[in-house]
Amino acid sequence: MADQAVPVKCLVWDLDNTLWRGTLLEGDDVRLSDAVREVIVMLDSRGILQSVASKNDHDPAWRKLERLGVAEYFLLPEIGWGPKSESVRRIADELRFAHTAVAFVDDQPAERAEVAFHLPEVRCYSHEQVLGLPGLPEFTPATVTEDSRQRRRMYQANFRRTAEQSAFTGPDEDFLRSLELVMRISGAGADDLARVEELTLRTSQMNATGVHYSDTVLRELCADPAHDVLVISMADRFGPHGAVGVLLLARNAGFWHLKLLATSCRVVSFGAGAVILNWLIDQAFEAGVHLVADFRQTERNRMMEIAYRFAGFATDPCACTSAYGIPPDPDVQRLHLVPDHRNAPSTMRLVSEGLPTSWTPRPRHSRRVSERRDEEDHVVTSTPTDTL
Amino acid sequence: MTTHQGPGTDSAIEETLKSYLVDRLKTEVTFDQDLFESGLVSSMFAMELVVHLEKTFEVSIVGNDLRLANFRSIRSMAALVRGLRDGDGRG
Repeated sequence: MADQAVPVKCLVWDLDNTLWRGTLLEGDDVRLSDAVREVIVMLDSRGILQSVASKNDHDPAWRKLERLGVAEYFLLPEIGWGPKSESVRRIADELRFAHTAVAFVDDQPAERAEVAFHLPEVRCYSHEQVLGLPGLPEFTPATVTEDSRQRRRMYQANFRRTAEQSAFTGPDEDFLRSLELVMRISGAGADDLARVEELTLRTSQMNATGVHYSDTVLRELCADPAHDVLVISMADRFGPHGAVGVLLLARNAGFWHLKLLATSCRVVSFGAGAVILNWLIDQAFEAGVHLVADFRQTERNRMMEIAYRFAGFATDPCACTSAYGIPPDPDVQRLHLVPDHRNAPSTMRLVSEGLPTSWTPRPRHSRRVSERRDEEDHVVTSTPTDTL
Repeated sequence: MTTHQGPGTDSAIEETLKSYLVDRLKTEVTFDQDLFESGLVSSMFAMELVVHLEKTFEVSIVGNDLRLANFRSIRSMAALVRGLRDGDGRG
């Protein structure tokens, strides 16, 4: 039953006799029942995106959705005459969702079979199940946060952004500057934890370890003075992006251990991962510590691997990684970096106020590994070749 | 190295990369220009660049070969590609 726990992030609706009663093309006066409307609104409020895959002429079908007052709930509608598996695939691609995160509902067994054949990971439901969908575990996120409630609107703002970007001629970086991006990095408060947990659950592409941290674990880590749980949020002139990243850091003497960095795929194109990594590297440089980072390759996180590598993380051996022992998970690579000064990002304003007070490096952290070697037996010792 | 001519040589690799970058970045670039320093390459584009190199030149770029220095300029990317094709035991 592990399958059921995988949350649905986007539900793709058929229209005729699924979303509404009747067949538009046959001239029916199609009706949207209040109960189905409630399902749409409820799923939306839970942060589950919705789209349409319908065999119809686009314009009349979309006008009907507008007249029924529900058009705004559907992103990337696919209304046309191609195979529905292609429609669902395009929707998943546009949203950058894995097929396992997508569901499809249609009254026609043949359409469900066609989608299931080409996209076996997409979960298919019949029209008879529509009213029961909100009661299913895969449509019931463990937590519903401020970010989930505004998720669809954030995606819509993002489409406007993207449209503006494709119309923009000139280097990418100039476009990024025109967005007036602001990134905020701060210690996770109790309120943020649910957003963070949601993020680690929803983020597959940009999760450096592919590990999901539960709310309970994160709460424990927040209370643990040796760990920092940081939340990254972003905004621009189109509106808020909400919480877009989480960073989990264990501060050891002599080196900091970056256990997790996950960023939302919504902010990949802003280079958010690189900005966060460069910020952390600069912080570590100021504190005079090395950085060790866990990385576990998944099928979908190569972008994060490149961000780590391009920031300077490598598998070169160092005393601090070898003395630290091997990771408990054999698939986890332990990357290492000797920090240097990094400039502030040129494409956004970075605000890192509100860090936990424990963040301020304690005096012994501010010294370099090689200077402390003799006074603290228990700390990681450096080798003569280990220079900062 | 750049005196060789024909497909697969450094200069051919460099020309291929240059025309791709000029097209993609919508601006003129030189062989030695630091693409990251000059802000032309975002981290999003970095991914595209890696994948493009792998596909165009049929190489696989993994591990420590993914370091930024290898992608700084057209020149360094061409050297990386040549090294990987020669199988000189990088990484």
